[in-house]
Amino acid sequence: MSALTLRTKRRRSALRTLAFLSPWLIGFAVFFAYPMISTVYFSFMHYDGFKPPTWSGTKNWTYVFESYPFFWPALRNTLWLVVIMVTLRVLFGLGIGMLITKIKTGTGVFRTLFYLPYLAPPVAATMAFAFLLNPGTGPVNSILEKIGIPAPGWFNDPNWSKPALTLMFLWGVGDLMVIFMAALLDVPKEQYEAAELDGASAWQRFRFVTLPNISPIIMFAVVTGVIAAMQCYTQPLVAGKVASGVIQGAGTMFEPGYPEHSTLTLPQLVYNLGFQRFDYGSACVVALVLFALSMAFTALLMRRRGGLIQAGD
Amino acid sequence: MSARIPDVARKAAFALTASTALLLSTTACTGQASSSGASDDASKEQTITFWHAWSAPNEVKAVKALVAGFEKAHPNIHVNVVGNMTDDKINQALRAGGSKAPDVISSFTTNNVGKFCSSGALVDLNPFFKKSGIDPNTTFPKAMNEYTQYQLDRCAVPLLGDAYGLYYNKTAFKKAGITSPPKTWTEFEADAKKLTITQGGTYKQLGFMPDYHGWETTTEHYLGQFSPTYFDKSGKSTIATDPAVTDALTLQKKLVDGLGGFTKLEKFRSGLGDEWGPKHPFQTGQVAMQLDGEWRLGMALDAKPDFEIGVAPLPVPDDQADQYGKGYITGTIAGIAATSKKQNAAWEFVKYITTDTDAVVDFSNAIHNVPSTLDALKSPKLKYDPRFKTFLDIAANPNSTSSPASVNGGVYLTTIQQLGYDYESGKLTDLQAGLKKAAAQIDTDIAQAK
Repeated sequence: MSALTLRTKRRRSALRTLAFLSPWLIGFAVFFAYPMISTVYFSFMHYDGFKPPTWSGTKNWTYVFESYPFFWPALRNTLWLVVIMVTLRVLFGLGIGMLITKIKTGTGVFRTLFYLPYLAPPVAATMAFAFLLNPGTGPVNSILEKIGIPAPGWFNDPNWSKPALTLMFLWGVGDLMVIFMAALLDVPKEQYEAAELDGASAWQRFRFVTLPNISPIIMFAVVTGVIAAMQCYTQPLVAGKVASGVIQGAGTMFEPGYPEHSTLTLPQLVYNLGFQRFDYGSACVVALVLFALSMAFTALLMRRRGGLIQAGD
Repeated sequence: MSARIPDVARKAAFALTASTALLLSTTACTGQASSSGASDDASKEQTITFWHAWSAPNEVKAVKALVAGFEKAHPNIHVNVVGNMTDDKINQALRAGGSKAPDVISSFTTNNVGKFCSSGALVDLNPFFKKSGIDPNTTFPKAMNEYTQYQLDRCAVPLLGDAYGLYYNKTAFKKAGITSPPKTWTEFEADAKKLTITQGGTYKQLGFMPDYHGWETTTEHYLGQFSPTYFDKSGKSTIATDPAVTDALTLQKKLVDGLGGFTKLEKFRSGLGDEWGPKHPFQTGQVAMQLDGEWRLGMALDAKPDFEIGVAPLPVPDDQADQYGKGYITGTIAGIAATSKKQNAAWEFVKYITTDTDAVVDFSNAIHNVPSTLDALKSPKLKYDPRFKTFLDIAANPNSTSSPASVNGGVYLTTIQQLGYDYESGKLTDLQAGLKKAAAQIDTDIAQAK
């Protein structure tokens, strides 16, 4: 075979490969590369969405990190949600999943009951929780007061607003419960039998049989949970607005994270800076911080995942 | 071979991303057309699009009647009306343009005027006013004239206004032995205490809900009664040096402390009915005095409360007693989109709805807002409850104030509001230090937006 035909053959083969890859390549370019590159580009530009963008160097970056008063509180809140809310959600989802797999009768009823809240639209669910947890008139506090437990301010108290949000997310843990149930039912029965023959206690059976078997699912729940927590926008926004008494109406302004920035998250800042203040450059900076954080968390967890799987094998 | 394919793919991916980057740098540079050169023919048969924010059935009906009046006067221009538009949607449409985008917009938020003007989203209407021989300075009340422009760029016009005053429960006043509404803040404070009846850990009747989260009791509405300057001639924030700001914040803190303290008040507030519902605390008699806009009168009367409603201007500081009768003014604004290709026709419409006395009066009668021209304020055709006259007087009062337009919209007001929250809750104790910090923040935010 001559060199020429070999080259043609190679080129053909490469083109064929490219053709097969093209749907992914186009998707990657349009939905990832283009937005990504534009975000980086605009983070160095002064752009209000109307006039042509102009170069502003690192002005947006220093503004966000040094002068924008909401960035650090929002970052702290987002990290709080990532660490505490995700951990609790995974533990709670796993717990409920385990309980339901153990129940002999009425499994369907419990499964439905725990899954249903997950289907509630976020705004409606938040409004319902704001009503239930209203410190002045809410039923939760009137019960607490009746039995003599000091009632917290929930969404009206900066120390309790994030726990109140977490409570709401725990209520909607149905998605995780279903995934965990499937994983738990997949654990081979023989392994439990063997462990029991060896005299393993309930805790040891969980630790050395259940956990290694479902560790990939836990990792999945953690990674998707972390990403969802980073993007948490609707619920804290609605909760803050309802509790503050500010209804989006005539002349009301964006009121970040009532009370005292405690429900402010990074995605809210992206919206506030970009679409309300017309400061696209700074909005892009916050978006990039969010992206970098998501990447870092995911990378960290994926490294851990390798270790866990080996332990399971 | 196997090693070669990803290489090719990688190169292709790089080429694609590089080309999208290039594409981006060219598409991103699409500026707006110059605003002064409107060249369309307003006498031609055509349709313009008008976006507004009203949504209640009576309001939508009123807008329809307003538009019908215009179409009768200008049979060649038809108006496609789109209602219930929020500011966020309007912002997006102004940026995107296109055939379905609005030619004329109206918004409830005067705070956005600075942003609309400085970004060029709405066209400067000065040339249009000049062409039509109308002087905005003598057409509109002073405060409304001011909040519709930014640095001499008049990108908006007032389309009805809102004036803030004091609503009071006449029956509760009688019971407490108060004979007339308070005229100074000192009198107000004493009355609010007299009207407060506690019950257990909460209130049976609160004289006044002073918290900044108490709906219309926002920082800028209190400040309106103190006539703050907000900015000096060079555009720097004056909140740390203007005594009006210190006085207003101190007064509010005094009210909060005197009426039961922040925690107790906030707990009471969180259990009150919402601002736009029938269970508004003034309407239920839970709060005896209310800082509110002119629209509250109609809403309160609709709720048929078991007490008599009184209306008066808000009190003024003791050393400004001669200015009693002033108030904070804001309102709806209208403007023409920079992307509109029918700006002359759009101007005919804007001119009609904002400066035709009868049109303004009819619209005001229909939705119970304050008329926005000096002629309409005096029009004998204006129909209203005698109490509504208080708001007309506040709107026409030359001492009435508004918050000036700023390059980044109402960001400076949010900063002051934030300071107010920190101060009323006791988180911030050194007010002067807080004001200095907030002023620096306002200057930084404005520099960032420029």
